[in-house]
Amino acid sequence: MNGTDNSRNILEVKDLHVSFRMPTGDVKAIRGLNFTLARNEVVALVGESGSGKSVGVKAVTGILPDNAVIESGEILYNDGGEMIDLLKLRPSVRKKRFAGKKIAMIFQDPMTSLNPVMTIGAQLMTAARCHTPMSRKEAWAKCTELLREVGITDPVRTMAQYPHQLSGGMRQRVVIATALSGDPDILICDEPTTALDVTIQQKILDLLQSIQRAKGLSIIFITHNLGVVAKLADYVGVMYAGKIIEYGTVFDIFFEPRHPYTWGLLSAVPEITELADGNDTLYSIPGTPPNLAKEIVGDAFAPRNPYAMEIDFKAEPPMFRISNTHSAATWLADPRAPKTEMPPELAERIRRLKQEEADYVNS
Amino acid sequence: MGKYLLKKILISIMTIFVILLIMFLLLQFMPGSPFNDDKLSPEQIEMMRQKYGLDQPVIIRFFRYVANMFKGDLGVSYSISANTPITTLIARRFPVTMEIGLVSLCIGTFAGVVLGLLSAFFRSRVMNVIYSVLTLIGIAVPSYLLAMFLSYCLGFRANLLPMLYDVRDPFTTSIMPVAALSFMVMAIIGQFTKAEAMDVMNSDYVLLARCQGLKNSTIMVKYILRNSLIPVITMVGNLLVGLLTGSLVIEQMFSIPGIGTLLTQAISSNDYNVVLGLCFLYSGMYITVRLVLDILYCFADPRVRLGGTKS
Repeated sequence: MNGTDNSRNILEVKDLHVSFRMPTGDVKAIRGLNFTLARNEVVALVGESGSGKSVGVKAVTGILPDNAVIESGEILYNDGGEMIDLLKLRPSVRKKRFAGKKIAMIFQDPMTSLNPVMTIGAQLMTAARCHTPMSRKEAWAKCTELLREVGITDPVRTMAQYPHQLSGGMRQRVVIATALSGDPDILICDEPTTALDVTIQQKILDLLQSIQRAKGLSIIFITHNLGVVAKLADYVGVMYAGKIIEYGTVFDIFFEPRHPYTWGLLSAVPEITELADGNDTLYSIPGTPPNLAKEIVGDAFAPRNPYAMEIDFKAEPPMFRISNTHSAATWLADPRAPKTEMPPELAERIRRLKQEEADYVNS
Repeated sequence: MGKYLLKKILISIMTIFVILLIMFLLLQFMPGSPFNDDKLSPEQIEMMRQKYGLDQPVIIRFFRYVANMFKGDLGVSYSISANTPITTLIARRFPVTMEIGLVSLCIGTFAGVVLGLLSAFFRSRVMNVIYSVLTLIGIAVPSYLLAMFLSYCLGFRANLLPMLYDVRDPFTTSIMPVAALSFMVMAIIGQFTKAEAMDVMNSDYVLLARCQGLKNSTIMVKYILRNSLIPVITMVGNLLVGLLTGSLVIEQMFSIPGIGTLLTQAISSNDYNVVLGLCFLYSGMYITVRLVLDILYCFADPRVRLGGTKS
């Protein structure tokens, strides 16, 4: 979607469909997911809970639960110029060649992400040694170094500690270190700061950013926090009901959003200045996400969309290309659609943001 | 840790004395006396009572009993085996019960852990049926019924195994009682292990280990086994005590000369000292096992261990 040079892409997800087999019938969690991840780039996936963000990346890492079925699609990994479809590999081969080594992942809750009965050192060393054979001594040296890289001040002491002796922020640092132990190319972060204190969140984000730059990692970042997106991401995919409905650079999504759902998401971000002005009504998108166990006709967002047109209830909109970097799946982007502007409050907010940014750059 | 243990031990000792006191009082209210024999005249019975000190008030008898206990003297039997010290009586029979109980526990626990882990790992239809049938039978069917069934099929019909226990051939004669007892253990441990293993397998840290690309065998041993077996320790302790006390019926059925049979005889013939002695043994055992488990738990689970020592 971004650019034409495919060789820069390290990962391409093409038309992925994932369903969950439930006793009551299939739930179509992912309904045609498309995105590409270029080397040294951060793609953020945002959306409400249940929009399929986590399922999508779990399909990429190959840790979907047993009742999940990949109905169709491709997950292509660029291995030195050769595009390998991860879904066509045998699970054991895929695990051996890719898990941790090429694609690593960190989870939301660092409190439950570490084995409670093993010391940090033992866990890190097990991970490091399963990727590259090395002596215990080498592994120990490598792991203390890793801990230092993720900002742990006394790695030697931490190596001998158990997870419950560390704070949440420390644990998330350790989790990041285990993810880095296999020197992966892609790091998938599934809401890595959601479970942390606000003060720690910022530090972890800074850490991820500096590691990304230092190691040239490609990151897929899942979040529902738009502030995180603005800080970290190069590209943003807004997900709704199992697919990306708007995709573009951070600039595109924040300053020139085209999809009514993105408008809603941006309007729903509370802003200190507005609250201070006495405007304390917080916008929320009306309605609830669709039930994915049922067949969806037309645009999945249509029932909640105040701008919905007749066609939205009949046919699903394709991805309309808006610029080289920006595309949106809404009939409003169709040239035949009546010209519709974003809500004036949002336009005003964006104008102010742009002004602030300009001031910031000029100062 | 040391302080914690000392406190536990003190509380345990107190508990044993309270249990003994309650037993003493309860036995007092039990109808009949140890000397229910038509051939004895009322005068003779009175003589016997005086001889054993049974004419004294309960509270004095209790303190005398406790005092003797510290000297390692649990009194003598009145009726079952007159004038034999309780300690000798128990020492002769306890090893038999202990042996059968421990063997059943080991076999049952091992089988249960294997069953639980297998059914947690291989969730195929066949495995599920095997698991459900085994645990259902083990938990729903009492072990004496199972013993009767075994005894009938293997002993009476097929004539493969001896139906009664024989001290001279403890191995073959204890196969059936051990099988009956360990089946229940297997079912309980199996169910527990499966639930624990499933929990651990769905945990974030196992998921993370999987996406790190750790070998399945590593995940199995270092992640799943250790985390799911720690809670099983508690279960095993409870079952051990249950096996040693609750195998009464099985002992009767195969006429095993263990303490279970001794206890039933003692209760029906009002042999106070035997009942008290066994009671003391059982509660002492239960409390010791709990204490040992606490300590074991500390070693197995770093969270408990370090929580106790943190200054």
